[in-house]
Amino acid sequence: MDGKPQRIVLSEQQKRSRRARSIAIALALGALVILFYVVTLVKGPGVLNRPM
Amino acid sequence: MSLLVSEGAEFSASGVVSARHEPSIASVGDYVALMKPRVMSLVVFTALVGLVIAPGHMHPVIAFTALLCIAVGAGAAGALNMWYDADIDAVMTRTSNRPIPQRLIAPGEALAFGIVLAAFSVGTLGLLVNWLAASLLAFTVFFYIVVYTAWLKRSTPQNIVIGGAAGAFPPMIGWAAATGDISLEPWLLFLIIFFWTPPHFWALSLTRTDDYARARIPMLPVVAGLQETRRQILLYSVVLVPVGAAPWLFGYADAIYGMTALVAGFLMVAFAWRVRNEREGARADRAAHHLFAFSIIYLFVLFAVLLVEGGLGGW
Repeated sequence: MDGKPQRIVLSEQQKRSRRARSIAIALALGALVILFYVVTLVKGPGVLNRPM
Repeated sequence: MSLLVSEGAEFSASGVVSARHEPSIASVGDYVALMKPRVMSLVVFTALVGLVIAPGHMHPVIAFTALLCIAVGAGAAGALNMWYDADIDAVMTRTSNRPIPQRLIAPGEALAFGIVLAAFSVGTLGLLVNWLAASLLAFTVFFYIVVYTAWLKRSTPQNIVIGGAAGAFPPMIGWAAATGDISLEPWLLFLIIFFWTPPHFWALSLTRTDDYARARIPMLPVVAGLQETRRQILLYSVVLVPVGAAPWLFGYADAIYGMTALVAGFLMVAFAWRVRNEREGARADRAAHHLFAFSIIYLFVLFAVLLVEGGLGGW
């Protein structure tokens, strides 16, 4: 033991895949925010009316 | 019981895999594949029909939101199905190239992905559309994963008959999203898909009996034999004729739909009759493939006519 923590070193392919997945998650979350915003505009005050 | 697949990864009967933790190389496309996009497209199409033929007006943004949530909910069900079925997917030719057997996505990641998508799709549908549709979507995902995948699929040859209900719910969810209610009309659409599912899947399973036997799935051809399966395919196809025409018979659709449903229904019976009589070799396989292919056309045509009629205000 040299006292240094064991670290995982990502390959180039792993880094590319991780970056693509991160971008996809960001886009999905952004789309969700926009969706909620647009529906709020469409429904107006009725957005609080959620019938069963 | 478990099946050792490769060094560092072990598929168990529940589909849970204990594996070395390695940084993933899964692409976005692999996660899309996990959602069974072809099944999703059929779900979206049938849900769209339920939504369009429902009475009243629905704002296009709300309609889009409903369809998006239904699509994502279907994708969640697909991911959870692949998580649970990882062990049998690995030994079946048709499914061995899926992301989990290919070790592109770890089972735990697929499970988390499916749960998150299911929660977001149901929650969003409830908050932005209505809670009846959201409840139906949640029940559909539950039914597909717990009732069909985890219970029926591995225990009874009636697996796809009862499990077919999961695929029959989307038009009902679409209707509920549009109206906040459920009436007889969406039940008729439910019944069409419900009775269409057995001949559709059994036609496929006739040509993959060895695959299902190897995976120890009690599909009807494996358990009851090819002849009994062919007989039941014909029976369900005959029942499908009046069920397919029911929206017209009950006065919800016009004569164009009625004639289309009857002609397509009789063609379905004709294909099923051929499957019953062609029992040997390549001709039998060809007959089963033809029925499988036609069954997809059958469902698409019936729902497309309903969609056009609904769009024109004919329903």
